[in-house]
This record gives sequence, C-alpha cells and structure tokens, in this order.
Amino acid sequence: MDKSEIPSELEIGQALRQWLPDSAILTTPESKRPYETDGLSAYRQMPYVVVLPATEKEVQAVLRYCHAQRIPVVARGAGTGLSGGALPHERGVLLSLARLRNILQVDPLARTVRVQPGVRNLAITQAVDAHGLYYAPDPSSQIACSIGGNVAENSGGVHCLKYGLTLHNILRLRVLTVTGGAVEIGSEAPDSAGFDFMALLTGSEGLLAIITEVTVKVIPKPLLSKVIMASFDTVEQAGDAVAHMIAAGIIPAGLEMMDALATRAAEDFVHAGYPVEAAAVLLCESDGMPEVVEDELARMKTILEENGATELRIARDEAERLRFWAGRKAAFPAVGRLAPDYYCIDGTIPRRRLGEVLRRIADWSLEYGLEVANVFHAGDGNLHPLILYDAGVPGEFHKTEELAGRILELCVEVGGTITGEHGVGVEKINQMCVQFGQDEITVFHEIKAAFDPEGLLNPGKAIPTLQRCAEGGRMHVHHNRLPHPELPRF
Amino acid sequence: MQGELEPLCAQVRQAYEARRPLRIRGGGSKSFLVCSAAPEVLDLRLYAGIVDYEPSELVVTVRAGTPLVALERLLEENGQMLAFEPPHLGLQATVGGMVAAGLSGPRRMAQGAVRDFVLGVRMIDGQGRDLSFGGRVIKNVAGFDVSRLMVGAWGALGVLTEVTLKVVPRASAQLTLEWNLSEAQALQRINEWAGQPWPITASSYYQGRLRVRLEGPRKALESSAARLGGKEILEGKGWWMGLREQQLDFFMTPKPLWRIAVRPTTGPLGLSGQTLVEWGGGLRWIACDHGHAQVHAMAREAGGHAQQWHGGDPARPFPEPPSGTLLALHRSLKKVFDPAGILNPGLPGFLGG
Repeated sequence: MDKSEIPSELEIGQALRQWLPDSAILTTPESKRPYETDGLSAYRQMPYVVVLPATEKEVQAVLRYCHAQRIPVVARGAGTGLSGGALPHERGVLLSLARLRNILQVDPLARTVRVQPGVRNLAITQAVDAHGLYYAPDPSSQIACSIGGNVAENSGGVHCLKYGLTLHNILRLRVLTVTGGAVEIGSEAPDSAGFDFMALLTGSEGLLAIITEVTVKVIPKPLLSKVIMASFDTVEQAGDAVAHMIAAGIIPAGLEMMDALATRAAEDFVHAGYPVEAAAVLLCESDGMPEVVEDELARMKTILEENGATELRIARDEAERLRFWAGRKAAFPAVGRLAPDYYCIDGTIPRRRLGEVLRRIADWSLEYGLEVANVFHAGDGNLHPLILYDAGVPGEFHKTEELAGRILELCVEVGGTITGEHGVGVEKINQMCVQFGQDEITVFHEIKAAFDPEGLLNPGKAIPTLQRCAEGGRMHVHHNRLPHPELPRF
Repeated sequence: MQGELEPLCAQVRQAYEARRPLRIRGGGSKSFLVCSAAPEVLDLRLYAGIVDYEPSELVVTVRAGTPLVALERLLEENGQMLAFEPPHLGLQATVGGMVAAGLSGPRRMAQGAVRDFVLGVRMIDGQGRDLSFGGRVIKNVAGFDVSRLMVGAWGALGVLTEVTLKVVPRASAQLTLEWNLSEAQALQRINEWAGQPWPITASSYYQGRLRVRLEGPRKALESSAARLGGKEILEGKGWWMGLREQQLDFFMTPKPLWRIAVRPTTGPLGLSGQTLVEWGGGLRWIACDHGHAQVHAMAREAGGHAQQWHGGDPARPFPEPPSGTLLALHRSLKKVFDPAGILNPGLPGFLGG
C-alpha cells in the first residue's frame, strides 16, 4: 500500500475524535513510543496512530472507520506477547484494548466469569477467590497479561497438561469483525450448534476478529497442592523419570524441568533453595483431595528415585511451595540477567525425544559460541531454550536468530511444532514454511480472507506468503510432495 | 494398517471435477441422526489402523476408519482411555465418525469434550487435496486451529483420514451414589458440587433420582462418599454405560426425543414430558410432543440449543441455524474447504445443498 493512499496521522486522529475522546488517540512520537514493541523487544516499529477505546462502541467506530479507509489494524492487549504479534504496522492503527477492563459478571454457581478483553489473567482468579474458585491457565506473565491476549494466543502456562490451554477454559466470545459487526460465538451451554468457531478464533493472533468480551470457566481450587523438587545428574535421567511417571498413569498438576544454567540463574535471582549442582531439576506438583495427593506423591517419589534422582525435597509448607514455583516462573528474567539480551524459543517436542534435542542444542551452542539455558514444560513437551547474546556485538543477533531457526526446525523434524504457546507473530513466520506445506498455508490464507477479505487485521503476521516461503529456501517436503512447484528457486 | 490414501483422494478429486456430491461414511452408527442424501458413497472403513501410539506421550494417531472398539481396547491394555467417553451408538462406530459427529459421553463435564482432545487431523478437502493440520503434541499454536474445527462438522469441511488424540490414564476405582430429590433440588445440588473439589466425573437425574459417579483412588472415593452422603448403588457401571450408549428404557420412547444443551444452572425446563438430565445440568433429554418452535425458543432462553434426536419431523433434525454474520461466516468457511459443495451436501443442515 502506498502511504499516500491512506490518510495522514493527523487526519486519522481528527476523524476518530468524532467517536473517541482526545485522550484515547495518540499521534505524537513520545506518546506512541511505549507501543512500538511488545514482549519481544528485538522487533520495534513506531505505530502510525495508537487508539485506546474504552467501550465496545468505540472499538466498533475505530474498525468501521479503518475498514472504510483501508487502514490496517493491529490489536494489542497488555503487550506481554513473546512473538511480536502486537508489533505495530507502520501505516496502521494500533488498537489497544487495555482500557476495556471491566469484570462484567461473576456467577459462582455456574462457575463462569464474563470479562472485557483488557482484564488481567490473575484478576479473574482474584475475582472468584472468595468462592473457592480460580481460572486455571497461568502463563508466567499472569500478573500482567490480559485475557484478550490469552485468547488471541491460546496461552498456556505450567499447569496445561492437567488443566488445559486457554481454549479449554473459555466458553463464549463476543467479537467484532473487521467491518465492526458483533458476533457471539460459543455459549455457556456445553456445546453449540454449527462449526467450532471458538477453536478457530482461539489462537488466531488478531488476524480474524477483535475480541470484546470473553466468558471463562472457573474451577474449584484444589484442597491441597504439594510439590516435589528432584535433582538429577543428567537431563536424560530427568526426561526418563517424566516418561515413566506419565506411563504409570500420573498426570501431575505441574511438571517442569530446568537445566543447570537455568537453575543457577533462577537461584541467584529468587533464592528458592534450588540445588545448583544438579544437571537438571524437576518440579512435580500434585493437587486435589488430600487422599489423592498423598497417593500420588508416594508414587511420584518412587518413580523419581527409580530413575536416579539424587535428591528429593517436598516443599514443607505453602510458602516454600510458592518459592519453588517463583523460581521457575522467574526463570526468563533470571536467565536474562546473565547476558545483555536473551532470545526465548517456544518449540514443542514429543517428550521421548528430549535427550536427543538437548544434546543437539548443546552442540550448536558450542558451534555458535552462544550459551543456551533450557526451561522445559516437561508435562506437555513445550521446550523453551533461552539463547544468551549481546545485541551490541555486531552480527550477534543475526547469529542468534539463525540458531533459533535451527532449533525450531529441529522441533519440527522430531515430530513437534515451532510454537507451543507464544504464537507465530512475526518471529516464527519463516518456520511456518517448514511446518506446513503449500496447500495448508493456502487454506490458512483463505480462512483469513473469509473473515477479512482486504487483509486489514494484523497483516503480515502468523501466516507467511508462499512467495516468502519460496524465497527463504525453506523446503517442507510434505507427504513427499515438493512444495511450491510453480515457483522458481535457487 | 489397512487401505491406501490415494484412491480416496482420487475419488474426491474426480467428484470435485464432475461436481458430483459424496456421502462420507464410516461405520454408519450415527446415520440415524443426520445423513446426506448423496448417492455416491466415500467409504472410510477400509482406511484403518493405528499409525502411532506411545503411551508415555499420552498421544495416539489413528486412521479414521479404525473401529472405535479397537482403539479403546488398545488404550485399555495400556491403562489409558479416551477422556470424553464417546458414545458408540452402534458396534461399527469408527474413530473418524466419532470426531466428525463430535459427541461426548458422561465424563464430558469433568474432563472435556471430543474437541478438547483432538490434537491434529489429516484430511482430504473438497478438491481432493491431502492436508494436515495440528500435530502430535499437546501444546501447539502454529497456524489456525483447523483440526478442532473439523470436530462436529459432520464431514462438511473435509474427509477425515487420520486423527491424533490426547488420551488420559484410567481412574483406579469408581463408585456411584444416589439421592431421591426433586429436579430443582438435584440441579441446585449438582451445580454446587461442581464448584467444589469433589472427584465427580458423571451425573444424571432421572425419575426422581440424582446419581453421581466418583472416580479416583479408592481412599479418596470412600472419604468423599462419607461426606457427600447418598446411597451407594452397585449397578453403577451398567447405568453409565447405558446412558452413554442410550440403551436405557428412557431412550426407547416412541415420542420425539429432544437433546437440549443449556446453561447448567437453568432450572427445570417446564416442558411436559419425561426428562433425563446429565452433564451436571448442561444436557437435558426430553421426550415430548411440543412443537419445534416452542422447544427451540425454550433452549435459546436457557442459553443453549435444541436438536431433535429421534422421532418427530424427519425433515427437521437440526438445531436452529445461526443467523446474520455468523451464518455468512459458516458459508464462507464451507467455501474454503469445499468450494464445489460436494462433501456431505445437506449437512449440517443450514448450508443449503
């Protein structure tokens, strides 16, 4: 799109003042600056105009205007995303939903909460705490991240294996289409007629519609939670312990692994009492009725010992349990203190390939001269290698991106995926060409067009163009068919 | 493993080129509910077998034509199961049909529905293309979630050829408790319990009796039963199986039978007819002679929808169609996956064809 075809910043601001107060429209560089990046700060772009509507009506007005003027719209929640999904468009409106932050309805008997998209994840749990209920998905950023963003990314957390992703914990959405039309999707009944639009919209990264209301399901707080911390001399042993535990029929409420580098960093940061000599540390949580927890803990201990755990510690009280988890939840910023910059990867792998994947990452770490710390949601196979680098050293970010790309491609090679919970955004768009074939990517574009024919919602994110896949030279040989046969290559 | 994929793709390609409609069939166990009238059949039964199963990953990949009983037997041998307890509704039920119909059984409110456990699909679209979406891992947010979109779409968006499902460990013990209560009392109580950490995995209310199933370690069941009260009944297993398979006397009713999904806290619906409640109040089965308009309106009022399950007007088995923008989105999606409208025309009922 040629810049001259769309109105200037000032014209957009002027036009939107018909529907929004002055304070909700940002056009000066100083006021827009906080919005030029999300949680993935390696990518920056100054937005054209930032709008901060406070009601659905105002969101609707923004969408109608932008649609009429063919102005791209990038939705943003709390800006904690880790894949650049809320990276602004240079000629687009950045639509912040942070001011839509009312909890609209709490129904303790029905175990539902209806909220606006800007409500923070943790605020939902706080709203129902007195009723003995909580909202289960708990991304590490839960004190800050918004429920609208959680839905857009289908966020996970450390309790996914037992309690599911965002998708499994939401009942109903109210969304606005690109033309501003309101659509209600899902219901508080256990199922709805028609196609499963809840599944399609959850994790759609702002490409299909704008969320204005979310009804979530809240569940009873477990009577008791206990966590075991186990140390291992090798990551393979820790990986085997996980596989045996699950094969034995135990679904831990949380099951997290950290390698030596991540453990030491977390210990230095929060002083959780982690064993800094261990090659791998596992945190295994059991929750539920006391009888269930007692039974599960005993079985967990046996399996951990049989698989070579060198030390087992059960958190003595709730304070210690929270400290054990605090270290894990702070692992990213903790590792971040070890180097000027770090790059977080979000692949998922079949658990049984863990040892092999970590060995190859370690080899590449030496080859590239970049340290890598590994944090692993062992229960669900979601691996977060954190590459340490210094953006101030010329060429180091490029090297880091290349290493990250190789690790993601390895995840696909062993039967996994390029993103478990952070989304594709701008960051992993090239690796989409590795994970999917031409036909699937074409279908994704057609789905996008079914909702947004002009491609105005979060353009350029999540789904690569076929041209980009061909130019990147990334060859996904899908079911033994060569991709993009019609395009010239090499 | 049994069968070849290419002939199935070729049949769809040819049908697409000739604009000839196809009726997709598995075991035919759910064809009494809805069935396309297309004369040409695309039969998935010979495309069967377990593609990949590693119990410690909690993931199984199966070809669509695999008999559901075969999959369940394999899982049972490994101490695992399908969490959503799918109704077979016939001995021949296939895994593909289970996903396409999207029906869940008694454990639905405790553990989730079919769609919650679908991790990936391989499918043939309406142009005969072999496509794969999702994957074989529990956490995966790459690309739009097309695999779960296929659940409950009755084949209208594609021919499922392979599905990957998350599986769960079997519970070590179960126990069924019963209380005599009015329907209103039972609904109130089951909703209150759902907000407390009891190991309840199924519930039903029928003929004045509320029944709940508890599952978990024996000690936890005994202490829960002691605190919940009620009377332990010994025929529990048979009851839940009969409910899942709709073989209880109630389901033999000669009257039109309605399946009504509602907000679980909704009180008794006030339709005159025998009622069976399950899913913690979220699902009401009613055998009654009320007109379509009245039943649909009542379901809407209760935040849900109604479907005529058997009997009644054979031409109107579907829930009320969506309207406005949502209907337009349904039609656009159908066009994406099946531009010529050849896959199971007439399903799911509001798309024309």
